[in-house]
Amino acid sequence: MTPPLVEVRDLKMHFPIYAGILRKQVGAVKAVDGVSFDILEGETLGLVGESGCGKSTCGRAVLRLYDITDGEIVVDGRAIGGEDQRSLRRMRPTMQMVFQDPQACLNPRMTVGAIIGEPLVEHSGMSRAERTARVEELMDKVGLNRAFINRYPHEFSGGQRQRIGIARALALNPKFIVCDEPIAALDVSIQAQVVNLLEELQDSLGLTYLFISHDLSMVRHIADRVAVMYLGKVVELAPRDALYDAPLHPYTEALLSAVPEPDPAKAGQRKDRIVLQGDVPSPANPPEGCNFCTRCPKVMDVCREIDPEFREVQPGHWAACHLHDTE
Amino acid sequence: MTDARDADTPVGAEIETVAGSAAVMGGEPVLATRARSQWWDVWDQFRTHKGAMVGAGIFLAILALVVLGPLFVEMENGIKSNMRARNQPMSLEYPLGTDRLGRDLFARMIAGGRVSLAVGLAAMALSLLLGTLIGVLAGYFKRLDGPLMRLTDLFLALPLLPLLLVMVLLFREPLTAAFGIEVGIFILIVSAIGITSWMQTARIVRGDVLALKEREFVLAARSIGTPARRIVTRHVLPNVLSPIMVSATLGIATAIITESALSFLGLGFPPDFPTWGRLLNDGVPFLELYPGRAFWPGLAISLVVLSINYVGDGLRDALDPRIRGR
Repeated sequence: MTPPLVEVRDLKMHFPIYAGILRKQVGAVKAVDGVSFDILEGETLGLVGESGCGKSTCGRAVLRLYDITDGEIVVDGRAIGGEDQRSLRRMRPTMQMVFQDPQACLNPRMTVGAIIGEPLVEHSGMSRAERTARVEELMDKVGLNRAFINRYPHEFSGGQRQRIGIARALALNPKFIVCDEPIAALDVSIQAQVVNLLEELQDSLGLTYLFISHDLSMVRHIADRVAVMYLGKVVELAPRDALYDAPLHPYTEALLSAVPEPDPAKAGQRKDRIVLQGDVPSPANPPEGCNFCTRCPKVMDVCREIDPEFREVQPGHWAACHLHDTE
Repeated sequence: MTDARDADTPVGAEIETVAGSAAVMGGEPVLATRARSQWWDVWDQFRTHKGAMVGAGIFLAILALVVLGPLFVEMENGIKSNMRARNQPMSLEYPLGTDRLGRDLFARMIAGGRVSLAVGLAAMALSLLLGTLIGVLAGYFKRLDGPLMRLTDLFLALPLLPLLLVMVLLFREPLTAAFGIEVGIFILIVSAIGITSWMQTARIVRGDVLALKEREFVLAARSIGTPARRIVTRHVLPNVLSPIMVSATLGIATAIITESALSFLGLGFPPDFPTWGRLLNDGVPFLELYPGRAFWPGLAISLVVLSINYVGDGLRDALDPRIRGR
């Protein structure tokens, strides 16, 4: 079996909190606290969770946009967890990112050609003419009219801007793309267009995605495997169908029960809606034991004492929950 | 899709019609601007700003007068005193009259304008360079923020005139010895004004850079692998252009006025050396008898400041692609 393209082991990203006159470190926001997963070449791993659970931080940390606190990241056979940013620079073409807000991720003072061409300027050493040709090719690929090459981002619609962002990510023929909620800022009809574009590109270019989203139905559509995050930890990781049909973790059950049912006749009959009580605890001060124990409908005594281990409960289906302890 | 430029812009060779295929968004044929230098767009936008065009006209006229004036005016009349022609009113021979030593005021205005404009522009450029550099470094690199901002506070807290006095005392002799009296004092004044007026720019730029570096396009540039120095030049600097432009235009005015204050205190150019600020100060005692002597240099300073302000305003709009084409 070929090794996975991306391996993440026990990734931790803590942001220090400073307080007092002497700016002493008094704690840390544990945005990502011990996350492990693999992504196979050519597959899409969906990463879902509610707002503030550390999804985006996790995606950025995997690309080493942050200096991570602990853990190891292997991308394309190269361990990048501890490398400094300068030596990472040559690695950057392999891994790229598509951002959430297509308005904010494009420099308003650069033309589309300059934005898409920036990675080429940095890494390829192409001449100006070669660059223009490549940019036009990329614009064709993402469905933008070549004639727009000298326009500015503010002249485009949200969907078109997201296509510009995707074209920029594709410029250097990456293997791995982190899609950080690429559809969250778009309206529904455009969401479908962008997701279809991402799927087409995956088929034609053999891309691997880490698809971060809080839209469960969209993740069900695009992902091969899905990881569910809660308060900085992955609580469940499984192939898509296994996760959606038979979730093992109570948090996943609650999330899935919140997905609206499009058929009004069926929607009225649903009785299995699980409404979680209370708020997400602060990631600066997570609860003792299982992170979910403060809100879990199936909480047991052991949950408040021991942090459950992230184990393979069924083949390929991982979960961190004491309900599935073996004894 | 409409073309972003005005309809009456001359089209032709730069524009071609591209037939969009069905797979391409915006299916119908679109007018494409072909590799046209962006500076033409900037110029098109600049031309639509009436105040900026008038300001540019006035500034260029003053500049032309000051640069080309000596070709038409006898400059000697502005230096040599001529007791028989003292306190003359405006006439064809002396367009702005003469002063109490019989020197042609028009010639003195031209000679003074050369110095004042040169000092103003050079000191502005220096303070802008310093302010932008320090502001960007403090805003972008967290480690430099504390030390550089404390330095800025230090300069803001220094009493300006004693500092200038010390600088002039210390450096006047060596500089005049090295470069000659005119160039030496020019360098001294420009650097004295430059390094005592960059603080406002630095603080404004730092604030803007702090906000900008958290924007996603800077993160995107980092994910591409763009090194910090090119992120600054490509993404940060163009986006802090507006505040820099504003402080630049205000800086020229301050520089011209500071120079006149320095000359007045005897710290600047020698007393017989005309600058607009000195002419203004010389004219003030005779304000009731001969108001023209203070009026003309004052008008020149105000016109330069005002016109540069408008030019800066127009440039700022023209350089922002979001405003361009509206």
